[in-house]
Amino acid sequence: MGLETSVPVMNNPENFPDPEVRLYEKRKAVHPQRIDGKFRRLKWVIMALTLAVYYITPWIRWDRGPYAPNQAVLVDLANRRFYMFGIEIWPHEFYYVAGLLVMAGIGLFLLTSAVGRAWCGYACPQTVWTDVFQHVDRFVDGDRNARMRLDKAPWTAHKTVRRLFKWSIYLFIAFWTGGAWIMYFADAPTLVVDFWTGQAAPVAYASVAILTATTFIFGGFMREQVCIYMCPWPRIQTAMMDENSLTVTYKDWRGEPRGSLKKAEAHPGSFGDCVDCNQCVAVCPTGIDIREGPQIGCITCALCIDACDRVMAQVGRPRGLIDYATLEDSELEMAGKPHSPIRKTLFRPRTILYTSIWCAIGLAMLFALGNRTRIDISANHDRNPVYVQLADGHVRNSYTVNLRNMENRPREMIIGMTALEGGVIWSNEGSREGAGQRLTTTVSADSVARLRVYVAAPGTGPEREDFALTVTAADDPEARDIDEVFFERPETD
Amino acid sequence: MSEKKRVDEPTGTETVGHEWDGIEELDTPMPRWWVWTFYATIIWAIGYVILYPAIPLVNSATEGVFGWSSRGDYAMQVAAREKELEPIRQALVSTDIRKLNGSPELLQQAIEGGRSAFKVHCVQCHGSGAAGSAGYPNLNDDDWLWGGDLEAIEYTLIHGIRNPDHDNTRFSQMPAFGRDGILQPGQIADLVSFVRTLSGKEKSSAAAGRGAGLFAENCAVCHGPDGKGSRDLGAPNLTDAISLYGLDRASLTNTITNSRYGVMPRWGQRLDPATIRMLAAYVHSLGGGETLPALEDVSEDTLDQVGDGARNIGTGNEQS
Repeated sequence: MGLETSVPVMNNPENFPDPEVRLYEKRKAVHPQRIDGKFRRLKWVIMALTLAVYYITPWIRWDRGPYAPNQAVLVDLANRRFYMFGIEIWPHEFYYVAGLLVMAGIGLFLLTSAVGRAWCGYACPQTVWTDVFQHVDRFVDGDRNARMRLDKAPWTAHKTVRRLFKWSIYLFIAFWTGGAWIMYFADAPTLVVDFWTGQAAPVAYASVAILTATTFIFGGFMREQVCIYMCPWPRIQTAMMDENSLTVTYKDWRGEPRGSLKKAEAHPGSFGDCVDCNQCVAVCPTGIDIREGPQIGCITCALCIDACDRVMAQVGRPRGLIDYATLEDSELEMAGKPHSPIRKTLFRPRTILYTSIWCAIGLAMLFALGNRTRIDISANHDRNPVYVQLADGHVRNSYTVNLRNMENRPREMIIGMTALEGGVIWSNEGSREGAGQRLTTTVSADSVARLRVYVAAPGTGPEREDFALTVTAADDPEARDIDEVFFERPETD
Repeated sequence: MSEKKRVDEPTGTETVGHEWDGIEELDTPMPRWWVWTFYATIIWAIGYVILYPAIPLVNSATEGVFGWSSRGDYAMQVAAREKELEPIRQALVSTDIRKLNGSPELLQQAIEGGRSAFKVHCVQCHGSGAAGSAGYPNLNDDDWLWGGDLEAIEYTLIHGIRNPDHDNTRFSQMPAFGRDGILQPGQIADLVSFVRTLSGKEKSSAAAGRGAGLFAENCAVCHGPDGKGSRDLGAPNLTDAISLYGLDRASLTNTITNSRYGVMPRWGQRLDPATIRMLAAYVHSLGGGETLPALEDVSEDTLDQVGDGARNIGTGNEQS
């Protein structure tokens, strides 16, 4: 609604300087200029935070006692366990991870509908690492103009050495990125030693190699092309945004027609606020011109806002010629009305719906986590033979029973049976002599014990009788599980 | 059709020289990367032909410098696995079978090994679930003709049953009472009635009463005066619910008239001792295995030395 009127035809192809449409065009290297401002500082803080989370998390210790690893966050693929602080997830509970992913997805929806592509602009690893690499460029080759000059310069020895130096820094960062990744999959302190002494698993070296390569290529060379051509998220986000989502907006109604200060002085009143200094383009890490309107290449990092604010301050015009604004606010502003209140922008049915779905999934998962049983029985009736005739006229059935102890301590468990007339139960550890209606066994910490369980009952009775095998923790009658099985007898003549 | 090659102006590429209704084909050169990849595959192929079996000849193919073959590869894998298992086999053979129960881990490995060997050597008669069939004993039940502890099972495996050329084989033979004219058909009918009363299949009757006398004269020598059989002779217990050939009148009459017995090969001359021990452990584990009388002799020290097993399954049954 109102899109046509609120956004002037800046992205009409006729307005582009070069009307020739080509099917393929070589990438033009982006050399963003250094800028400082409140959004740049926010980016620094978020970069520091996200990198810190990435590098430090595997090193946080979490005491789980003698039977489980003491790494706070550990994806133990080898033993098929997933640890996250106080939570341990078994493979069959992977839906918790799925739930987390769904929450992450809906969280992104919420973030997008409220503050636009904030994820792209600040927190996405591609953005963060590209930012790091661009700072490396700046450190080695100087700022925008120097880098552009060097780019165009012929390949002299000097340039080669510079490039090799820069690429080795790239490689170094890329290696540490890949190196940190594997720490999530094994005990970090042990793995570091193993890695450098050549004793780590081949998959560890392969992972580091692959991630080093992808970081080196994506962060060092592909950069904004990943966002523009490879990533599906910008497309999805375009669909997620509406007239109330914050987006970086060039206020063309205020800025156009653009003209230099000199021109503006010569013809007062005929030019807008934009002095056409091109600073917004110079600082853009994806190399776009925000004045062409909202576009897929804009990751809303807001560095152009910083650049424009600075210029506006210098020329003595009000800040915010480029600013975060919703489409609705743009329209209001154009009409000379005040912005709608921020609570109306943030709390609208859409964001409230996302928030409630997000919370509902979170609460449901917390509830399920709090109530999950850490003990489990699964029994399989033997198929061959289905039953065994015993000498005393009784019939025996055998079951393969898996007892799951999901706690980090050995547990004594009682296997019992329900309603099987005259039935007794014993396991491969015991014998039929003295067998009763239940048996106890100890299952070691955090593991599955496999038992062969035998059930004998009188030979007279139905050919197939349903009953159930139960397991109860000896130390906690509340912790129990049941599995329905059946008992087979020979066909009666 | 014009055969004259010309250069296409917009692209600067030569055409192939054919023209169909004004449509021409550009003779675009292969991309350089493609050509180099193609050369690389040629070099690779030459190397492959030299190193690996490649050119088919009349009876075989060229062997290649590496001498690789899929059969050889398989043999190597088998040998490697055998080598891995060797310590277990050694340990099995050197452990007293009466003490095998004391090392749960070794026992479990023996059972798993036996499970595999059983599928190769035993299923032909005893069935894949070891449940047997008429004339072939069910190894899951608790009724044993020659004994069901580990030692007895191993003995049976090594020496077989009723091997005519072997002194230590388990041997017994029931006379063919009817066929050889020892008993008359009427007597056999009486005997059948009596035998069926032993396992409660039939109520006492006059015929069964007459059969009791015949049983004492002809059968009790092996099957015992109470019909409970003898494991020394492999004589089945006639009082239980299990029988090898069936307890219905027709089956029993046939058995007494013609005498029926089975034969099992002596695996001692076919299999190595470790495999036999594995088979014994497996058969014993099927649910009917009996405790060794000698197990009480195994001291606590021995059990302590063995340590904890592969699986932490603690105590056995609990009386309720």
